[in-house]
Amino acid sequence: MSKINFLKPDKDNLTTFLYMGSFLFVISVIDVFLNSFFSLNITGFLPASLSFIIPIILGFIGLYFIRIEHSGNKFLDQVNKNINTSNFNAILSLLIIFIIIKAIPPVLSWFVVDASFAGDSKDVCSGTGACWTYIKVWFRRFMYGMYPNAEQWRINLSFIALALLGSVGYFATEKFKKYLTLYYVVIYPFIAFLFIFFFISGGPVFFDFSYGIIAAVISIIIGFFIPSKFKFYYFIFVPITLYIALKYFIFYEELIELGKLDGLNWVETGAWGGLSLTFIISFFCLIFCFPIGMAFALGRRSDFPLIRYISIGFIEFWRGVPLITVLFMSAVMFPMFLPADFFIDKLVRCIIAISLFEAAYVAEVIRGGLQALPRGQYEAAKSLGMGYWRMHIFVILPQALKLVIPGIANTFLALVKDTPLIFVVGLLEIVGMLNLAKTNPEWLGFAMEGYVFAAIIFWIICYAMSKYSYNLEQKYKTER
Amino acid sequence: MDLKLQKIIPQLITVLVVVLVFGFFTYNAQINMENRGIDFGYGFLSQESSFDVQFSLIEYDGSHSYFRAYLVGLLNTILVSVIGIIIATILGVIVGVARLSPNYLINQFAAFYVEFFRNIPLLLQIFFWYFAALRALPLPQDADAILGVFFLTIKGLYVPAFVWENLNVFLYSIIAAIIAIVVIRIHARKVQETQGKQLPVFWISVGLIFILPLLSFLIGGVSLSFEIPKLKQLATTSFKYEGGISLPPELIALTLSLALYTATFIAECVRAGIQGVGKGQKEAAASIGLNPNQVLKLVVMPQALRIIIPPTTNQYLNLTKNSSLAAAIAYPDLVLVFAGTALMQTGKAIEIVSITMFTYLSLSISISILMNWYNKKIAIKEK
Repeated sequence: MSKINFLKPDKDNLTTFLYMGSFLFVISVIDVFLNSFFSLNITGFLPASLSFIIPIILGFIGLYFIRIEHSGNKFLDQVNKNINTSNFNAILSLLIIFIIIKAIPPVLSWFVVDASFAGDSKDVCSGTGACWTYIKVWFRRFMYGMYPNAEQWRINLSFIALALLGSVGYFATEKFKKYLTLYYVVIYPFIAFLFIFFFISGGPVFFDFSYGIIAAVISIIIGFFIPSKFKFYYFIFVPITLYIALKYFIFYEELIELGKLDGLNWVETGAWGGLSLTFIISFFCLIFCFPIGMAFALGRRSDFPLIRYISIGFIEFWRGVPLITVLFMSAVMFPMFLPADFFIDKLVRCIIAISLFEAAYVAEVIRGGLQALPRGQYEAAKSLGMGYWRMHIFVILPQALKLVIPGIANTFLALVKDTPLIFVVGLLEIVGMLNLAKTNPEWLGFAMEGYVFAAIIFWIICYAMSKYSYNLEQKYKTER
Repeated sequence: MDLKLQKIIPQLITVLVVVLVFGFFTYNAQINMENRGIDFGYGFLSQESSFDVQFSLIEYDGSHSYFRAYLVGLLNTILVSVIGIIIATILGVIVGVARLSPNYLINQFAAFYVEFFRNIPLLLQIFFWYFAALRALPLPQDADAILGVFFLTIKGLYVPAFVWENLNVFLYSIIAAIIAIVVIRIHARKVQETQGKQLPVFWISVGLIFILPLLSFLIGGVSLSFEIPKLKQLATTSFKYEGGISLPPELIALTLSLALYTATFIAECVRAGIQGVGKGQKEAAASIGLNPNQVLKLVVMPQALRIIIPPTTNQYLNLTKNSSLAAAIAYPDLVLVFAGTALMQTGKAIEIVSITMFTYLSLSISISILMNWYNKKIAIKEK
């Protein structure tokens, strides 16, 4: 055994250094651990300031002793490589370990140990921990807003049905795969709208708009059989004629009365709220902002100067203003721009405003994808005799969109995170409901629990979305 | 069909639609305003505002005009944005670099921070800090001094104020130092190009920026003293700090949440930028004999900055726009003062919302013009 130099740990005295280093390190961790979990201070005999930093000094010396390169011990090498590469790194690692140990007891006691779960009144919440009873009592309000308790099955039913309908993509056979895009872009949103209109809001089956929908559906179905030469003219004239015919000649008042579903009470949008409203708004804004954004992205790269300038103006305008002023505009300014007897629901105005706002961001993201494609792709498509639309639909957009999946996912995440802003127009989704509940005189002083609860929910939603987008990105990654 | 016509028709249709939509809106707006007896015009800006603002950087009370109220709001917005940007940049760079650290604990810690704060809505974070965290602070009479001079209470943060004498001399000395540094840099570059010698520019700069202001204290007659906030009893249970600078809790909550939130995005930009510089670049630089500092300064940073700066500027813009969330916690920023209170009082919805939007728009467009210019300047000149 060679001479031991304590300032220079080396491989020859590996075991000595290893035992000493590990011992010091473990002592330091145990000290912090006891201090934090059992409020025992084993170095209490030392002066206060020294006792405070002694774990760091001990741990640092310990880590210094075990920092031996190529020791042959696999575990030790891993530790050294990952947390103990230099003095500076060793101190940072120690600090992080100690912070974690220090943070566990208070967090745990607030969340679980001292928290109150039982009961349904404020009286049970006398401890120092969180009052989850508050969340329990207010749970329905946080989920459904002011929606009447007896009617909440309608929201649940609609959401379950929509989730099932939304998942058909996973079960579709090869034969139907090619219709999936059409399904998700046109049919599914439409079904979703009907569910929300009929079930959640309790609207009549026949309303002015349904003529338009019926006319559109019929003309699309017939449209499949029209030769492509006449399709353009067909789609300009037929749906409008059909709409007028349906509205003024075919359906009569009695039929409309017949179509009203009995038993569903009308619940106005002002009463909607909570997490369900967050979902509704995010869902529709996601669906609307994507095609609008795509159109403006194409418009910005168009060869027609006027279209290009209009697109640039649109995009830069929406990107330049904060969402809160846009919502202000939709609340106080927009009604001024409409005829006096024309009323658009608050929620619809909100959805329009957020969709247009996010569409500008989507447009910029998609433009990035379009610019990233090599010119060769355009030229190849053109040389095959493809026109503008055919080229974009079959060649350019599929590739460009694939490239910008992360960007689009980020925009969608931003959209979900922006929904709480609708408090500006008086709609209360989950954060708004929290603020309302917080001011209830019977439940004062539980703001923290509410915000933590909402933060957990939003975190789960957003984290899941970002992981999903990452998976999509990996799935569609193609070698170029 | 004629090719020319084919080009013109779609444009004409688009323009027609846009014009029709705008015409429709304007027409309705005119009718609506006539019906409600509102007249359009910006004359109200010079009228007396007759409302008070809690916190303002310039002198303001109810007797001032609406235009001054607008300025108060704008300055408050800029204040929050600037402080937020500074904190977010420092934090973002540290976290971004930490995410690339070889130390497993550090990069996981940084990753946890980014994933945590990025996935929670900003508004929720602002509410959390304002209504939950800052409400747990002590009352003014119970507050302990931090470092003896700062007081963090439920009513805000009280910091000592600087009391300067001959402040202008001090400022001149700093300006002189900066000019001297620029001159020395130019000279050093010339020396390096002609003689190949390197001057210790960095140390000279550090010396100058410290020594010249120090001289201004010693011989320029500049003196600095602090005004420390003192507790004052207003009534039996009501206390207040006087003297010093008081930062309202709204400002603290807003800056803190904006900085913590935006720092996550900046961290990602920084990480992407540093990762974007190829490993070969560093190796090549080392192989021609540059030392690690020079590699960082001359090879890695210029290339990383090219990737980092454009998205980071976007984040700065986002922060500025997000500062409008101040309205939710009643921090008197542009949106709250102008699009809130002033709008309620005057009822001039179109004028006020348009001014507010135009302000934000001109802010972000001017920055993006600057950005484009910078991008062009630093873009790789391809042959």
